[in-house]
Amino acid sequence: MLGEPDGSAHDLHSEELFSDAQEPPVPELLKKRLLVITGKGGVGKSTVTAGLALLASDLGKRVLVVEVDAKGDIASKFEHPPVGFVPVEVHPNVSVLAMDTEASLREYLRLNLRIPVVGRIGPIARVFDFVATAAPGVKEVLTIGKIAWEVRESIAGRAPWDLVIVDAAATGHVVAQLGAPDAIKDLVSVGPIRSQTEWMTDLLADPAITALNVVTTPEEMPVSETIDLVGRARSELDVPLGAVFVNRVLPELFTRAEESAFEALSGEAVRTQLESSLGLNLSDGVESVLSGARLAVTMRRSRAEHLADLRAAVDLPMLYLPYLFTRSHGVRETRVVADALSAEFGL
Amino acid sequence: MTAGSLDGVVASKEILIVCGSGGVGKTSIAAAIALGAASRVGGKVLVITIDPAKRLASALGLEEIGNSESRVPDSAFEEAGLTPRGELWVAMLDMKESWDSLVLRHAPDAETASKILNNSLYDNITSRFVQSHDYIAMERLFEIHATGTYDLIVIDTPPTRNALDFLEAPHRMSEFFGGRLLRWLTAPYRAGGGRGARLVNFASKPFYQVADRILGTQFLQDIAEFFLNFQSMYDGFVARAQVVERLLHDRRTTFLVVTTLESAPLREAEIFCGELTKREFPCGALITNKTLPESFTAEAGAEAGAALIANAQRLSEVLAETGVEALADSAIDERVLRTVGESFGNFSVVAAREAELRVELQAWIEGELVNVPSLDADIHDLSGLAEIANHLFT
Repeated sequence: MLGEPDGSAHDLHSEELFSDAQEPPVPELLKKRLLVITGKGGVGKSTVTAGLALLASDLGKRVLVVEVDAKGDIASKFEHPPVGFVPVEVHPNVSVLAMDTEASLREYLRLNLRIPVVGRIGPIARVFDFVATAAPGVKEVLTIGKIAWEVRESIAGRAPWDLVIVDAAATGHVVAQLGAPDAIKDLVSVGPIRSQTEWMTDLLADPAITALNVVTTPEEMPVSETIDLVGRARSELDVPLGAVFVNRVLPELFTRAEESAFEALSGEAVRTQLESSLGLNLSDGVESVLSGARLAVTMRRSRAEHLADLRAAVDLPMLYLPYLFTRSHGVRETRVVADALSAEFGL
Repeated sequence: MTAGSLDGVVASKEILIVCGSGGVGKTSIAAAIALGAASRVGGKVLVITIDPAKRLASALGLEEIGNSESRVPDSAFEEAGLTPRGELWVAMLDMKESWDSLVLRHAPDAETASKILNNSLYDNITSRFVQSHDYIAMERLFEIHATGTYDLIVIDTPPTRNALDFLEAPHRMSEFFGGRLLRWLTAPYRAGGGRGARLVNFASKPFYQVADRILGTQFLQDIAEFFLNFQSMYDGFVARAQVVERLLHDRRTTFLVVTTLESAPLREAEIFCGELTKREFPCGALITNKTLPESFTAEAGAEAGAALIANAQRLSEVLAETGVEALADSAIDERVLRTVGESFGNFSVVAAREAELRVELQAWIEGELVNVPSLDADIHDLSGLAEIANHLFT
C-alpha cells in the first residue's frame, strides 16, 4: 500500500540503509549517533521523530530526543507532560529534553569557562538577551553546542545515549542552525568561541556519526522546500544527508484494470443497476461513496506527481509513511508510525 | 453547519492580515480573498505575499516581479472565465530589498547608510533579527496603506514558529533599539569619543567580562561598531514602530486566522485568537481550510459503504453480467467494491475527527467561521483561486 505511485513498492530503498550484519538487524541510519530531523512546518516532523525514537528503543537503543522548538509535542507523543532542559525518560529508553538556549548558555559557562554564574553578574537573562539578539549565530551555536555535547559525551561513554534524535528547526532555519559553528568561524577570527566551535563542526561533518534527514508530505510546498533544502545542505553545509521521510502517503486504491472498472461504476446505467441490486434505498449513499473514492483517487494522483518531482530531484533514500486514517493519538499513534518505519526499513 | 462568509469583512475593512501556523494554506487563502474581492466587490485590491508556491506565483503572474506591486492583467481573469469588477494587484515581499530601503530611509546621512549596508554583520543580523521578517511585513503594509492607493490590502504573514511574534514585532523592535544592553554594548565607544576608541573600564564590568570571555574582544568590538551606526536610526525606527502598531489596532484592520481541522494547527489558532482578544485586536473570521466534504460524515454514505462491502461478491456477479466491458471480470469488480467501501470508511474516520474539532472550536470562536474544503488539485491558475473564493464568499 505504501510504495511508489506506480505501485511497485519496495525496490526503492537504497542498499546502504541496511546492515547485512548480525541479529537483530539495525538499519544503517539508526547506527548513527545523531539524527537531525527537519521539514516544513505542518508535515509531521514531531510525529516522525517520535516514531523513530520508539523504533530505535525497540531495537535496544537508549535514545535522547532533543526538541528544538520546545512546543512540548514530543513528550505528548508519549502521553507525557512537557519536559524541560533536563532529560526526562518519557518511555522506556526514550528520554526527551526541550532546548532552552538560556539554560544552555548557563551550562556552557559553567562547563567551559568556569565562570561562577549565579550572584556575580546579576540575572543571567540580561547577558543572554545580549548574546541572543546582538551576536549573530550565538543562539544557534548554543543550540547545536548542547546537542553536539550530548553526542560527544555519549560517544565517550559519559552520557547514556546510543542515539540522539533532534526534532530540529523547520527547513527555513535549519541551515542557519547547523551552519552556525562555521558562520561563527567566518565572523570571529580569534577568541574562545572560535575554538569552541571547531569540535562541533568535526562532529557534524562525520558521516559515521551524523545524518540530516528531511520529513515531507507529497504536496507542492513541502516537496519544493525539501528539494531546496537538500540543495542548500549540499552546497552550504558540511553535514552528511541521511534519508527523506515522506509522510501522509495516501494508499493507491486501484490497479489499472480496477480503475477502469471503478470508472464504469459511475456510469448512470451501471449505478442504477448497482443500487437496485443492493435492494435498499441507498442511492444517495452510493453516490457519496463513489464520489468519496473519486476524491481519494484524484488526491492520490496529484500527490503522486509531487512525489515523482521529489524523486527526480533528490537522490536520497526515501521512506514512505502512510496517511493515518485512525483516531489514535499519543503513544498508539507513535506505535503505528514506528511499525510503519520498521516495515519501511525492511525489518 | 451554517456557512459563514467574508462578504461583510471585505466590505467594511481596508486591511486584512492572514495568519495561521505553517502548512495550513495561508498564502492561497490570502490570494483567493484578494481575487474574490476584486471580482465581486471591485475597487483596487492588493495582496502582499511572502513566499508563494511556484504554481501560485505563476497563477498570479508573480514570476518576474519583486518587491514592487504589479497588476494582474484582465486577460488572466478572462482566461479563467472571470469578469473583474475591480483591479487585482500583487506584490511579493523581498526581505533584503525592504531592509535596505528601511536603512536608507532612517539613516541620518548617506555615509552612515552605506557603512551599515556594507558591514559584514548586516546581512547576518537583519536575517536573524528578532522577528525581522514580521517587522518588515508590517513596515511594507504601513508604507503601502499610507499611499492610499488601494481600497483593500490583504497580507499573508511570514511562516513563523509562533504567530504571536507578528503581533509583537513592532514593540520588540523598538524595545531592542532602546534596550539597555545595546546601550551598554555601545557605551564604551561613545564615552571614548567615537569608533575605534579603547574600551574604557572594559575589564571592570562583569557584563563585559562575560561577553568578552564568550565572544572575544575583536568580535565584540565589531558588533559594537555596527550597532553604533545602527543606533543612529533609533528615533526613526521607534516612531515608525509606534505608527505601525496603531495601524494594527485601527478599526479598518482585521485579522483572519486560517487553520486546518487537525489538532495541532487548531490548538495554535485557538491560542492566537485568545491573544488577539487579550490585546484588543479584532479577529474578523476563522477559516477552516482543506477540510473533507461533509458527505463523508453522512449516515447514508456509511450504510451504503458497509452494504457494498457486505454484498461485494453478489454485486460483482451482477456487475459482470451488465455487458459493460470494463466490468466483465467479477473478481476485479468485487475488489473494487470492497476498496470503494473501505476507502469511504477510512475517510469517514478522518471526517468524524474533523467534525468533532469543529464542534470544539465553536466554543471559543468569535467572528465568522468560514469553511474551505479540500480541493482536488493544486492551485495553478486564477480559476483554482476562484474556486477557493467561491467558498469564502456567498
